[in-house]
Amino acid sequence: MKLQVNGKSFAATPAPGQCLRVFLRDLGWYGVKKGCDGGDCGACTVWVDEKPVHSCLYPAFRAEGKEITTIEGLAKNGELHPMQQAFLDAQSFQCGYCAAGMIMTAAALSDEQKQDLPRALKGNLCRCTGYGSIRDAFAGVKNIAPDDAGASVGASVPNPFAEGIVTGHARYTSDIPPMDGLLHLKVLRSPHAHANILSIDRSEAMAVPGVVDVFTWEDVPRRLYSTAIHEDNRVDPDDTYMLDNVARFVGQRIAAVVAETEGAAEEGCRRLKVGYEILPAVFDPTEAMEPGAPVLHDKGGDSRILHPNKNVFLELHGEVGSVAQGFAAADAIYEETYDAPRQQHVHLETMQSITWRGEDGRLHVRTSVQGPFIVKGKLCYLFGILPADLHVFTERVGGGFGGKQDMMSEDLPLLATIKTGRPVMWEFTREEQFTGATTRHPMKTRVKLGAKKDGTLTAMQFRIVSNTGAYGNHGGETLANGMSGPWAVYRCPNKKGDGYAVYTNLQCGGGFRGYGTGQPTFAVESALDELAALLNVDPIEMRRKNMIGPDDEVESVLEGASDLTMGSYGLDQCVDAIEKALASRRGIPKPEGEDWLEGSGVALSMLDCVPPTEQRSGSEVTLRPDGGYHFTVGSVEIGNGLVTAQQQVVAQVMGCPTARVTFLNADTDKTPYDSGTFASVGMMVPTKAVENASVALREKLLAFAARTTGTKVEQCRLEDDAVLCGDRRVLLTELYSAARAQGEELTCFRKAYGSPRTVAFMVYGVRLAVHRVSGEIRILFSIEAVDAGVVMNPNQLRGQVIGGVVQGIGWALQEKMVYDDAGAVINPTLRNYRIPTFADAPITEVFFADTFDAIGPLGSKSIAENTINPVAPAIGNALKAATGVRFTALPFTEDRIFSKLTET
Amino acid sequence: MSKNVGTVVMTRLRRVLDKGPMNLNTITEIKQPRSADEIRHWRDGYAWLAGGTWLFSEPQIHTDTLIDLGTLGWQAIAAGKDGIELAATCRIAELYALQPSPEWIAGSLIGECCRAFLSSFKIWNEATIGGNIVMSLPAGPMISLTVALEGTYTLLPRDGLPREVRAADFVTGNHTNILQSGELLRSIHLPAAALAKSFAFRRSELTHLGRSSVLLIGTRGKPDGGLMLTITAGTVKPVQLAFDGTPSSEQLRNAIDSAIPDSLYLDDVHGSPAHRRHLTYHYAEQIRRELGA
Repeated sequence: MKLQVNGKSFAATPAPGQCLRVFLRDLGWYGVKKGCDGGDCGACTVWVDEKPVHSCLYPAFRAEGKEITTIEGLAKNGELHPMQQAFLDAQSFQCGYCAAGMIMTAAALSDEQKQDLPRALKGNLCRCTGYGSIRDAFAGVKNIAPDDAGASVGASVPNPFAEGIVTGHARYTSDIPPMDGLLHLKVLRSPHAHANILSIDRSEAMAVPGVVDVFTWEDVPRRLYSTAIHEDNRVDPDDTYMLDNVARFVGQRIAAVVAETEGAAEEGCRRLKVGYEILPAVFDPTEAMEPGAPVLHDKGGDSRILHPNKNVFLELHGEVGSVAQGFAAADAIYEETYDAPRQQHVHLETMQSITWRGEDGRLHVRTSVQGPFIVKGKLCYLFGILPADLHVFTERVGGGFGGKQDMMSEDLPLLATIKTGRPVMWEFTREEQFTGATTRHPMKTRVKLGAKKDGTLTAMQFRIVSNTGAYGNHGGETLANGMSGPWAVYRCPNKKGDGYAVYTNLQCGGGFRGYGTGQPTFAVESALDELAALLNVDPIEMRRKNMIGPDDEVESVLEGASDLTMGSYGLDQCVDAIEKALASRRGIPKPEGEDWLEGSGVALSMLDCVPPTEQRSGSEVTLRPDGGYHFTVGSVEIGNGLVTAQQQVVAQVMGCPTARVTFLNADTDKTPYDSGTFASVGMMVPTKAVENASVALREKLLAFAARTTGTKVEQCRLEDDAVLCGDRRVLLTELYSAARAQGEELTCFRKAYGSPRTVAFMVYGVRLAVHRVSGEIRILFSIEAVDAGVVMNPNQLRGQVIGGVVQGIGWALQEKMVYDDAGAVINPTLRNYRIPTFADAPITEVFFADTFDAIGPLGSKSIAENTINPVAPAIGNALKAATGVRFTALPFTEDRIFSKLTET
Repeated sequence: MSKNVGTVVMTRLRRVLDKGPMNLNTITEIKQPRSADEIRHWRDGYAWLAGGTWLFSEPQIHTDTLIDLGTLGWQAIAAGKDGIELAATCRIAELYALQPSPEWIAGSLIGECCRAFLSSFKIWNEATIGGNIVMSLPAGPMISLTVALEGTYTLLPRDGLPREVRAADFVTGNHTNILQSGELLRSIHLPAAALAKSFAFRRSELTHLGRSSVLLIGTRGKPDGGLMLTITAGTVKPVQLAFDGTPSSEQLRNAIDSAIPDSLYLDDVHGSPAHRRHLTYHYAEQIRRELGA
């Protein structure tokens, strides 16, 4: 059939059941993204004869004779469409994966529709921005600052990928032409929560035309490992096989099929005959610890599981002072259990990898992951590959939020490439993200607080039971993290905590923004309000009285000296700002009617800016022949804005505009080693390495210029594209040539290590209305105050903050993974697992504290994880203030809270 | 678990627990008939394709042939003195653009019900009224609309003569209806008498502009016709209560209780049965008051 795409004629015949999204991508239009393939996220939006449609739902055969416009065809004659320009000016994206569909929708709106953006944009999901910068695009706000030489720190310089993102040319993992002989991989997943696999008959699957090979547990290296990505793999249990003969949760991968087409691979999976011996399963972590509960991992000590027979991967206990004495001295004691559930990351780009053997004879892995170097190490271990023979890299990654801190999509394609010699691609479906990937760990926190009449805390005690699911991966580290910051932020002589990371037959917990701290923060920040109420103390005063000050030691319950120090302190400024903002009554007025109740709430949070485990990185900065600079660094750009910040650091140190700084990142062949981009390290470790290398190169350049011109080095300084040597101005291009002539390389490599570690603070304030009959909640005012040290890029930081707040609002008010009695997720789609849309995201103000961090690069520190932590408890506190009812379990959906409101 | 608003005219509805990209890789043939009568011999594996916005949203592994309704050329909308005639293939966008004549007060329900879709206006460009009705999901707003406006559906069996059914009798449960194998929804008639009524509309959802957890519509004829209350979304199938005149608050509540046993309230991620029942009482009473005078 014939059709027009972006003004070009094509003659091609789609498969009968092909959707337009895949058909267009087959024709090479990679601006058409896959977000959900269910019509829910809008990332695949294109125009058919000028009408916007979700191309994943559009039968390709119906495109015959039609004119299709994709994001690549929106600009005309080299001029961006006004909406592309508006998105560029407002920088209305972070990872940028949703932007193509968002712009194709926005550009199709009538003036009338633009008056009601919540409705007009409800078919487009963005998980990064919280929609703040998208709102800005429609309002014509310019969020970009001039890119002045040597003045980039503190300036909102644009994302270097911005143009590519708004034109659809930014390349994400799957946005490359198919390699010759490419095979597609699909996975059969377990329908049972706990079962032994007795047999797998692959004969019918192998008989499906196009199926090339089938892999089961008998075909993989029998090596235990953990999918979790950490520099030190010994912090995670080795409890996982690539493919196992025991299924421990519904959704565990059982077998992989590779075929010439996705359709054949799917059919192959359906034709596999698996004999299961169904075993008893346990889903509740408390029950899992009871005697007689089914044991998930009957493994030896080298798996590093503390009590395999009790399903306890790890226990942590600690006490400072004596809580017994502390409670004895208290005038009031509050105790309650808080239930913080799962949350799925919903990065818009699903996990995916492409693997192949190159002409160089080596194996290559192009992937969407937050730690390519650690993935490389794990793959080398699993397959017995020499490091020199393996190359792992990312290009642009469409969001992560911790979800891509596990090796989940790389190993099976690599196995298939090794076995077949052919390139292999595996893309998770959206459903697989919900069934076979990780989530935030569900945690129950029993919290007990005691205080004096004046509000001074005398004792804090807690017991955390974390459900790590069928495998341990991040269970231990998230537990340790959850036992730290939320408790250390308060000064109290007596603290005691017990924590348990427990196996159950449900899918695994993983790294999730906040990394185990959001759940206990919900408990302690709710409990603090309750205790304040018992004592008749104002909740903000209660916090002021007890929160740590700039000279306090950062101490929780776990023993041992710590490298945690306070490189800067802005918590007091944040608390003041939130108090003032709430008192101002800014925001939307309460809806009219006596059924609407109103209340305000606050919560605070502290997070380590680097994890306590090993974390290292390196960077090389080089003077280019054209007088610009090029840096390499191993960290990953996942929508965190890291490469923008790194460009800014180079530009600031070298005194040039960021436009003259090029880079390459996240590539095990071409960039220095990096432990991975997670745990808020991006600013603190890799960017610190970039700073270190830049400073070293600056010294080297000045020394060389001084030597060449015969000037004292103290009289030399960098100025944009030249070195001023006394009165003489030597262009960097000349300097480059001179160095080259002398055989000198103007390049520097430096490392950075994540120690000592600083802390960052966050305070969230909210005013909301709740309808006492229906239970509906409307957020009237939302503000987060952030202590990020020197703000490197205000616009990017604001985006991270608003995005974190809105992800927190999703967790607090709407996101809910539901399991049936057999342990299967019943809502593995975005229409049934509702992340916030534009309509759910309130306008959120952001306050930056004025601090300078002694540890982080150029005085800055990291905050993007911590933004989410105080949101849910602040909303819970506001809900209590409005209704008089304390809700102890998230999410606060209408149907879960209404009955308690009518009781009152 | 329920599905998104659907747009495919399907004869068999299945829950498929299978993963896949939304290429429907099991489809081997597209039929594009000029008339529905060309499809005489129905078999398993066939599915009528309307807008495709539900059909393409999940794998359809038991389907191998799509029969395209797009080539039938049915007139989308015909409005006359006796009411409005809608083809099953009328797109939501076309319906939403319709401006019913001003004396048809309840014609405003068309806009209200279109806006009750979870899906955005982009889906409306392809999704059809018929698709939404035959998907027979509790939250299908085209079901709410056509039942509240006392519509009738014309169905085309594969053999035998066309038959007409009341919209209120079509949906039999969550995702089930009275269609026989291969039977096709042809059109929907909305009578002028119902369109001329005054109305009240109430809707609730767990997330802003999300899927309806309850959707109640009250209508009342002039000058002193009885209250008709249509309860959808919160119940697994539509419930319609007709009163002579205006019931008392207690009569209304009793009527709801006897028409809707607890088991009829939908239990899914978009709302708990207790909350749906609570809101049903609440909004029904509001509607009673609004239309009572």
